[in-house]
Amino acid sequence: MNLFASESEVLAPLMSGWFLEHAWLIPVVPAIAFALIILVGKRLPMKGSELGVLSMFSSLVLAAGAGYQWIQRTNSATEEQFVEPVIKSWSWWQSGGFNFGIGQHIDGLSVLVLIVVAFISTLVQIYSLEYLRGDRRYTHFFAALTLFSGGMLTMVLADNMILFLLGWEIMGLCSFMLIGHWWEDDANSKAALKAFFTVRTGDAGLLVGITMLYFSANDWTQEHLGVSGFSIRGISAWALSGEPNSTVITIAAVALFIACIGKSGQFPLHTWLPDAMAGPTPVSSLLHSSTMVVAGVYLVARLYPVFFVGLDILGSGGNLIMVIGAITIVISAALAFVQNDIKRVLAYSTVSQLGYMMLGLGAGAWMPAVFHIFTHAFFKACLFLGAGSISHSASHHSFDMKRDMGGLRKVMPITFVTWIISTLALCGVFPFSGFFSKDEIIDNVGHNGYTNFMIIGLIGAFMTAAYMTRATYLTFFGEPRGASAGQMVHDSHDLHDTHATHDTHATHVADDSHDSGEAHGPHESGLLITVPLMILSVLALGSGFLNATPFGESWERMKLWVEPRHSEFAPELHHAPFMWSKASLSLVIVFAGIAVSWLISSRLFTKRDPRLVGLTQRVKLLGLGHKFLVNKYYLDALYEKVIVRSIAYPIASAAYWFNQNILDGILHGLANSTRKLSGWVYKNIDQRVVDGTVNNSATFTKSVGAAAQPTQSGKVSQYGALLFSAAAVAALVLVIINT
Amino acid sequence: MFVNQFLFLAAILFCIGVYGVIARKNAVLMLMAIELILNSVNINLLTFALRNGSTDGHVFALYIIAVAAAEVGVGLGLVLLVYRNKKTISLDDLSEMRG
Amino acid sequence: MIAQNIGFWIIAIVMIVAALRVVTTNNVVHAALWLVVVLAGAAAQYILLAAEFVAVTQVLVYIGAVMVLFLFGTMLTRARIGTESDLNNSYKKLGIPVGLVMFVAMGLALISSFGDEKLPQTATVVSTQEISDQIFGPYLLPFWALSVVLLAAVVGAIVLARKD
Repeated sequence: MNLFASESEVLAPLMSGWFLEHAWLIPVVPAIAFALIILVGKRLPMKGSELGVLSMFSSLVLAAGAGYQWIQRTNSATEEQFVEPVIKSWSWWQSGGFNFGIGQHIDGLSVLVLIVVAFISTLVQIYSLEYLRGDRRYTHFFAALTLFSGGMLTMVLADNMILFLLGWEIMGLCSFMLIGHWWEDDANSKAALKAFFTVRTGDAGLLVGITMLYFSANDWTQEHLGVSGFSIRGISAWALSGEPNSTVITIAAVALFIACIGKSGQFPLHTWLPDAMAGPTPVSSLLHSSTMVVAGVYLVARLYPVFFVGLDILGSGGNLIMVIGAITIVISAALAFVQNDIKRVLAYSTVSQLGYMMLGLGAGAWMPAVFHIFTHAFFKACLFLGAGSISHSASHHSFDMKRDMGGLRKVMPITFVTWIISTLALCGVFPFSGFFSKDEIIDNVGHNGYTNFMIIGLIGAFMTAAYMTRATYLTFFGEPRGASAGQMVHDSHDLHDTHATHDTHATHVADDSHDSGEAHGPHESGLLITVPLMILSVLALGSGFLNATPFGESWERMKLWVEPRHSEFAPELHHAPFMWSKASLSLVIVFAGIAVSWLISSRLFTKRDPRLVGLTQRVKLLGLGHKFLVNKYYLDALYEKVIVRSIAYPIASAAYWFNQNILDGILHGLANSTRKLSGWVYKNIDQRVVDGTVNNSATFTKSVGAAAQPTQSGKVSQYGALLFSAAAVAALVLVIINT
Repeated sequence: MFVNQFLFLAAILFCIGVYGVIARKNAVLMLMAIELILNSVNINLLTFALRNGSTDGHVFALYIIAVAAAEVGVGLGLVLLVYRNKKTISLDDLSEMRG
Repeated sequence: MIAQNIGFWIIAIVMIVAALRVVTTNNVVHAALWLVVVLAGAAAQYILLAAEFVAVTQVLVYIGAVMVLFLFGTMLTRARIGTESDLNNSYKKLGIPVGLVMFVAMGLALISSFGDEKLPQTATVVSTQEISDQIFGPYLLPFWALSVVLLAAVVGAIVLARKD
């Protein structure tokens, strides 16, 4: 372990600072906190949760400091100057000629994602203090949550692909632990396994991609930059140098993108994301807003030159990333319409928004896509935490919108307002944050010449507005139903989160009998839940102004801070000029979506309009479409029944079938025809020729067996003798052939 | 000095070791023959290290010495155990694996 | 060079004779002592090959420790020390052709690939520092793995030999 700094790239005129130079502390703090929580957490007064919150808060402070100093650094650079990333690397371990590094790669992108991750993680941990109070594995939950954030932070500031892989896999493991947090329930542990294995399918691509990049880039990077072929900076420069073989880099980019498909829940591996809702709501919130699913998008943004060259981004026609992104936008938005579980609606909406990010990256709209990571994190976290707030305080731990929600806007004013703000942000309504990022993606996709994909993006925007309006209507408007109306009769065992606060729930019921009835009905959640909601909703409203293209160049601060300019490590990209005409078109589409959905929802769910109720039963085509969506395009069935089974049972069943049908058939046929012959044969051939042969061959076999038996004597020396003599003869043959 | 004179010495020692492994019935003697084989490998490694002017061969020779020490330790432990249970260390009598 | 050559041949002949005695003698203790001669000869050859540190380690570890183990093993498993008739098994005759075939194969390969190539004349002795730089530098990971192997061997040997 020779921990000496081998490289420290800071140019003289650029400003740097303590926080930038020590950014590697950001993931180290949660990692230490994780170890402490596991070791001593149970003995602490707050069962280890204080360590988790404290460590995430420290990470947030460090990340914010790094962000501040990064902004200073970009400001200190001239307009034409490339802002060098702050790269530090140390030798982690080496074996033979391989040197595996550990280090940090701090540039605008990583600082942005670091801040988002640390911020959301801190809020989610504060929220979990209340949400999971009294849980039986409270300490372990916080340990896993802390390590989860630590893994994401490690991945984000990794300077090489090995460290990146480490963070990536830590997240995979922790997501498994967190989704299966209530593993006593069979469905939860199945969902955890599904998430783990689906993501794993993609991870094979990551390994293949990293290996390919290393072996093809290492010579070039060692020669030109003096870094190994794992270095992110080295790979980026190599990809843009015009050096790489186009086949190699294309295959590597496709392999890496398969990993992104798995991690970011893109079609066709998106099926694990909605099932991941089995975990506690804070986990869903963290998983879906800033960590885990963003990892795939981050990988594409991080190694953008590889994808840029390998998949021919900005070339004529679409590329793999765009196609996958576009498919994902539409199919997952369609799925969101048929969900009754509020968290599942949000899950499909996440999948759809990730599709937007991928579409943007694939179309060369790097900056809008990265900005969408930023804004999406806030409003999606707010929506998930809002859903959790509803189930925690109003709907008796149920997430079923049709059965247990409705009319909650009066009893939960804070949750309602924050939800509305975030929904508008998600739909992309001006001036909420989603408008500035999502609309930019759609605009730039069109600007770069992909008109078809822009239309898909607009359709997606319409669908987003529509399904979010439906969910909002079902939750907050209309008449209260089920638990939110105060009914507590139904058995909630098949619902999510039943284990969450089993003990406190019991005391609630006990209190209820003493109080005057009103106390236990739907009510607003406590401060630990509403304060994170309010903070997030303010950001959902305001974060878009950090890169508000409509107001001119001076408002595009995020672009100044994050986008690499005049760099040999990033391709040159162009931005679409903002035009109100295009923006108003998409706004009209969004409002149309909201209005249509509102009308249908209010007719269907409140007024029970006879023309709409039961429409899917009456019109066959609609019914079929509905069934198709409810069954999630039968993808799960395809994976489990067809693909998994075809691997699990194929040989046995095929062999059985072969045995039953073909072999038996042949044998029966043969038997019948043979029986006729046999009479004749018996007399002439069998008795004379065959019998003799058979008897002779039996004798021969017996003697061979007897001769071979001594070789299986059980004596070690004899085995050794046979082994060595075989090796000797083989060696002799080889020598004679080769000389 | 020729390269081959060392390599031939190693080859001769190796073949003698192989003969010993095959011919010896006593387990301790068989382990000794294995030591002969390991030493011949070490001579090869050091010869090539000198020929190529690198120190890698030295490192691996040292590793082999360490592994050989571990192997003898475990091997003799096994022999002791066999002796205690069977009152013999003749390999010909240990034929539970007979087919 | 001539002195070294003479040294090599003398030691080589002694080693070969001693090695032959190891595999042919009828006395277990004698075999162990002949093995000491072979190992010491090997250590001398290492010095000729400019590998001081390995030679010293060979003497310390092999002749010092491993041989003691062998002698203990001999004494613990067979109480009487002396000539025995049944040290060889019935495959003795198979060993000779196998060894010869191997030797022919290796000899052909060696002659064809190295012929009369000579070792560098100006070989400087490899210092212990260089070896340690290699072990604790590029080959650190195998070194760690080896430590684990040794630990496992120690534990394993104790578990195997324990009386219970």
